[in-house]
Amino acid sequence: MASSIRVRATSTGDITEVQALIQHPMDTGLVKDSKGELIPAHFIQQLKFECNGKDVFVADWGTAVSKDPYVKFSFKGARKGDELKISWTDNKGGSDTTTAKIA
Amino acid sequence: MTTTPKPHWRPHPTRRLILQGAASVALLGLGNLPFAPARAAANDKYPEEAFRQKSEADAIKALYGKAAEPSDKVKLDAPEIAENGGVVPISVTTSLDKVTSISFFVAENPNALAASYRIPEGTIPAVANRLKMARTTKLTAIVEADGKLYSATKEVKVTVGGCGG
Repeated sequence: MASSIRVRATSTGDITEVQALIQHPMDTGLVKDSKGELIPAHFIQQLKFECNGKDVFVADWGTAVSKDPYVKFSFKGARKGDELKISWTDNKGGSDTTTAKIA
Repeated sequence: MTTTPKPHWRPHPTRRLILQGAASVALLGLGNLPFAPARAAANDKYPEEAFRQKSEADAIKALYGKAAEPSDKVKLDAPEIAENGGVVPISVTTSLDKVTSISFFVAENPNALAASYRIPEGTIPAVANRLKMARTTKLTAIVEADGKLYSATKEVKVTVGGCGG
């Protein structure tokens, strides 16, 4: 299966800008399906970005983050070609990890 | 009519005693631990308790344990009117130094805390994301900088609530 994470990391000078888009339902547990049954909560709780062995950004999420979450941030200290590791875990124990080369 | 026989098995008295003993030892052990509330910025743990709080004030208290003061150094960018409450683009930037975390609170949502971001040293204190909003609401961004909390708020009008998406 293709990765649930799509990342673009581009560096200009000392600053690396990271944009990530993750495929995830982010169900709140409050919505009913077409049969009138509650869809159980299913959402990403933690999303982590690591570069050169150091956490550069950690997101703690609740159910209010939109479906197929998007996040953008920037950090210093990485160079073109460095690897950025992205991983998430959700409330049902699901997880995914990917790496992206900084361009 | 038949009566179902009662189960014959009973926990053996010694076994029960041993179990009880083990349980009280475990409790004593827990009692001796220093009381350390989980704070998002202070450790790596997911702040479950803060996400469970309903009101904004309780969520801020559970996450940070203190109150924030409004600051014009926190710039919160959100649409005045969100047509789709399921996907509202929100971003925050700040000129404050020594930022360690940025959090978003949607006051009218069933649980106010929406997202909390830890900003390690070397990371620019700015973040953009997309949040759900149940209805027209006050939106608060809190920036934790040098141990203090600074906030910015904005009213977002929601035409279609985000509970369905």
